[in-house]
Amino acid sequence: MSTFTRADVERLAHLARLELSREEQDLFARQLSGILAYAEQVQRADTSGVDPTASTLATTGPMREDEVAPSLERDVALRSAPAASEETGLYKVPRVLG
Amino acid sequence: MIEVPQSAEAIRGAVASGDLSAVEVCRSALARIEALDGSLNAFLSTHSERALARAAAVDASPDRKTLPLAGVPIALKDNICARGTRTTASSRILETYEPPYDATVVERLEAAGAVVVGKTNCDEFAMGSSTENSAFGPTRNPWALDRIPGGSSGGSAAAVAARLVPLAFGSDTGGSIRQPAALCGIVGFKPSYGRVSRYGLIAFASSLDQIGPLSTTVADSARALDVIAGHDSRDQTSAIAPTGGFHRALTGSFSGLRVGVPRGLVGDGVDPAVLGCFERALEVCRDGGAELVDVELPHFAYAIPVYYLIATAEASSNLARYDGVRYGFRADTAGGGLTDMYERTRGGGFGLEVKRRIMLGTYVLSAGYYDAYYLKAQQVRTLIRRDYDRAFERADVIALPTSPTPAFPLGERTADPLSMYLADVFTVGANLAGLPAITVPCGLTADRLPVGLQLTSRAMDDATALRAGDAYERATLWSRQLPAIATSSTPR
Repeated sequence: MSTFTRADVERLAHLARLELSREEQDLFARQLSGILAYAEQVQRADTSGVDPTASTLATTGPMREDEVAPSLERDVALRSAPAASEETGLYKVPRVLG
Repeated sequence: MIEVPQSAEAIRGAVASGDLSAVEVCRSALARIEALDGSLNAFLSTHSERALARAAAVDASPDRKTLPLAGVPIALKDNICARGTRTTASSRILETYEPPYDATVVERLEAAGAVVVGKTNCDEFAMGSSTENSAFGPTRNPWALDRIPGGSSGGSAAAVAARLVPLAFGSDTGGSIRQPAALCGIVGFKPSYGRVSRYGLIAFASSLDQIGPLSTTVADSARALDVIAGHDSRDQTSAIAPTGGFHRALTGSFSGLRVGVPRGLVGDGVDPAVLGCFERALEVCRDGGAELVDVELPHFAYAIPVYYLIATAEASSNLARYDGVRYGFRADTAGGGLTDMYERTRGGGFGLEVKRRIMLGTYVLSAGYYDAYYLKAQQVRTLIRRDYDRAFERADVIALPTSPTPAFPLGERTADPLSMYLADVFTVGANLAGLPAITVPCGLTADRLPVGLQLTSRAMDDATALRAGDAYERATLWSRQLPAIATSSTPR
């Protein structure tokens, strides 16, 4: 697919949990089509038998021991939240189920 | 009024010898920012109380004579977390966020005696090449106030170019340190992937992001790298490798260096003034004792599409954390449930370019398209790495212009995302292959707009890129050219 309809954009926006205005939907339908048409050129590269590169690191560091260590205190972390309850130590969010 | 020298090295020397106090230097930097930043918008916030307290601590420190950055005022791109500083990544969604912890680079810089004076403007979440994607207005180029400073670390580049601070830090995912440094006429260095801890850097594309310095001299960038480099147990992708000695590696000479030139890449789409500066820069390398060799990077043409497929995929995943629950902005959720809260918060908190990239990244990772786009891009990434490996059999550094054009006018490319993406055509390769790369000033156009020379070396061989950049800098006078604003005197 290299042409995005407004319906495609709406579906993607929901997957990404993004509320978009009508204007943004139309703009992105047009622009994403253009950007993908450009990116399509990667299909021309012969990659048969080529391993993908996910990381350029030669080696990854050793795993640490699974031990309890000091980390961010709960009340400090909660202070950054838009809505939290200090008494219970929990984040507050709108209802999850109807 | 006190005279504060313009390089980090000279400031450190003056503070160590007692000629200047760290507090005097800090006050001078804050006064310059206050007086001059109104026309630049390089800074999103300054932190005079925090900075003066740090400076006083440096003055009182028994180690003042030996601290490698004693009393050096620095600026941090606003996607680097520092306790007690608002850290927004230039996004509405983090407009009021104050991190409760320091990035590892901040811990290391402050332990070395550096003084954080402020946080700099950038493209939102480091996504852009002009700093116009900031939610808090664009930064202007100190050389021409109607032009962009480059991006995404445009605030850090402008701050150093205007000599508001001698040293600043940015992040580079596809060129975001090097391109603005080049367009502002200063030095910018992207270390090898894994060289510097990313702990405390607000993530954009985790396999590409790297923190690095922007400075007026290569020596200052090398000194800064000596301070910030090294393994960090809090970042699993920070490399366990010998580190340090970057400043000591600067010999000032090209002798024995083979400079690879990918001729096939430098032509179409490159501004004639940039081409002229690049050709003359190669002559300087050769006259200084370097051997010029031809190299080929046959898959380099795919670098931009590969970059935008991989970076947006990683970004769509990394930015999922901004959900209005744990930090930052939350939209009014009256009458809605949890999903409505997520969608309204993200729709209202993110700017247009960030949304565009989240959408593209979500698409390339979605069922049915993953193999055709994301996996394919990762395979072509392997081909690009192999091209570099072959080129480095013949050359020790690879030379390219840093940017295909000098700074363009504000607003020129904002309506056309693809034209903006092409600003990174010469820089993304180093990120895809994890290589260290430096930009050094190599000329001015007829309109007095700076041009940068980019030198890339082998993975984890940061010292060679720095050494080549330093040799070039010492052979020319381009690093001493200043924009008019840099020589403005400021009231005290």
